[in-house]
Amino acid sequence: MSIYTYETKKDTRSGFGAGMEYLSLTNPKVVALCADLIGSLKLEPFIKNCPERFFQTGIAEANMIGIAAGLSIGGYIPFATTFANFGTGRVYDQIRQSVAYSGKNVKIACSHAGLTLGEDGATHQILEDIGLMKMLPGMVVINPCDYNQTKAATIAVANYTGPVYLRFGRPVVPVFTPEDQEFIIGKAIKLIEGSDVSIFATGHLVWESILAADMLKEKGIHAEVINIHTIKPLDTQAILESVGKTRCFVSAEEHQINGGLGDSIAQFLATTMPLPQEFVGVNDSFGESGKPADLMDKYGLNAVSIAEKALKAISRK
Amino acid sequence: MQTQELISIASQVRRDILRMVHGCQSGHPGGSLGCTDLLVGLYFEAMNLKLNSSNDQVVFNMSGLGEDVFFLSNGHISPVLYSVLARKGYFPVKELSTFRKINSRLQGHPTPHEHLEGIRIASGSLGQGLSVAIGVAQAKKLNNDSSVVYCLMGDGEQNEGQVWEAAMYAPHHKVDNLIAFIDVNGQQIDGPTEKIMNNRDLQMKYEAFGWKVLHVDGNDMAELQKCLKDAKNLLGNETPIMVLMKSEMGAGVDFMMGSHKWHGVAPNDLQLEEALNQLSETLGDY
Repeated sequence: MSIYTYETKKDTRSGFGAGMEYLSLTNPKVVALCADLIGSLKLEPFIKNCPERFFQTGIAEANMIGIAAGLSIGGYIPFATTFANFGTGRVYDQIRQSVAYSGKNVKIACSHAGLTLGEDGATHQILEDIGLMKMLPGMVVINPCDYNQTKAATIAVANYTGPVYLRFGRPVVPVFTPEDQEFIIGKAIKLIEGSDVSIFATGHLVWESILAADMLKEKGIHAEVINIHTIKPLDTQAILESVGKTRCFVSAEEHQINGGLGDSIAQFLATTMPLPQEFVGVNDSFGESGKPADLMDKYGLNAVSIAEKALKAISRK
Repeated sequence: MQTQELISIASQVRRDILRMVHGCQSGHPGGSLGCTDLLVGLYFEAMNLKLNSSNDQVVFNMSGLGEDVFFLSNGHISPVLYSVLARKGYFPVKELSTFRKINSRLQGHPTPHEHLEGIRIASGSLGQGLSVAIGVAQAKKLNNDSSVVYCLMGDGEQNEGQVWEAAMYAPHHKVDNLIAFIDVNGQQIDGPTEKIMNNRDLQMKYEAFGWKVLHVDGNDMAELQKCLKDAKNLLGNETPIMVLMKSEMGAGVDFMMGSHKWHGVAPNDLQLEEALNQLSETLGDY
């Protein structure tokens, strides 16, 4: 049995909503913008508590990013919110010029990232957003794993000065990290100590990685599981320490392999400690409609697949 | 300030623009010359700018709190903005000679990335400045700051969809501390705007979105001064102000006017000399 258990399942976007509710009461500089998706982003408590600090932009994401940049010039901490596809890919140039290149303190906070928004299909399931955002100089990229961590991350990024992309999702997933945890941007969290293989996971695949470690344990294999909630800046020290011991690793993410977390780790280790790596992620394909769990199974984003890739990585040592 | 005094500053700014683009053999003189009178009118008269109490010099704060702020959305006319900022005292005038050269703070298009005093946002990729200006205007309202936000766009820039997202947003949110301008020079890179992408009736369009629309001849300093006063008097009525500013590309240099040829072309040595002969050196060249 795993050392991790959970009592409830909640959506990470509700963690964001709870973080924003906290900020509505504690940080008068935080403002929120939304492009006609208040309910999906769980912003109702924020709006109820401070309606004057909420800006409805309508279905106009490009304008939303510009308004957010302007509000940040005036000393506010804007959270620009929508679905991950519309908040990154659709407005890449606006983020590039008005936020990243201009060095603005804007938080792009997006729900419905990855495959797990389900039935709406590929038009809404962005799997390239981590790559798009991490390529921008100076952009911090965060993908928390559960409700509690998303709430903590939301509060943490408000206290950080600089552009941030905060990515979370739609489905309910196990809540297994501590309530009211401290979230340190760029600091990976070791969840399970192991010696045979490292599993570096982000977002929804952190829980699947814990399940994979349980499966591997039954085969006598000790997997180390590390939650890389911050893809950029990458906690290179934690990665080096882990693979220095295990000598092989798997990266796991609900994102394209190309441009994701695994690609960042590979890029770092190629020049420091090249070791066998296997990737769990979507392999150069769009998503499709379906139930979230079915989609994750079809595209191999689950515990079974992580465990298989771990065995493969070990065999290549 | 006397109209003649502003005209005299504008002459020097035009010399700066021509010498800057000549110095690096690149950049956009046409639109810069066309908008010179507006930027001089704004920075040297209309705008309330923060001054250092000990020496009356302008001081730059990124937030722009408690002072009027200006955003250039059509960033390619950076030469006129750089010259006006330098002549106003935001950075040394001699720095204008570094325009578009390596290791310069005066990038081809304006950016705060190199910490150039007076620049608050990057522009160049078109259509983004009005949104930013609206955001700053809303921040001013949250801060109970009664100062004014100005924004300049091009008429070719009206092709961009984001402009119309912003046009819809500002009246809806009653952003009435904003005065925007469109430089209606009728030209864009591929030719006359009428032929490339016809803006048709910009007054009707903006009025339909809920803006108060004014008109001005952007190369008549006295008329500009009056228009800027009129626009300010209309603020605070739950409506943003749009000024359709008719201008002549290349204004001030006879052979650069009346065509879009000088949109993004630098003069050669002879052309520079001929152009400078038409503009008196009033504040001293850099």
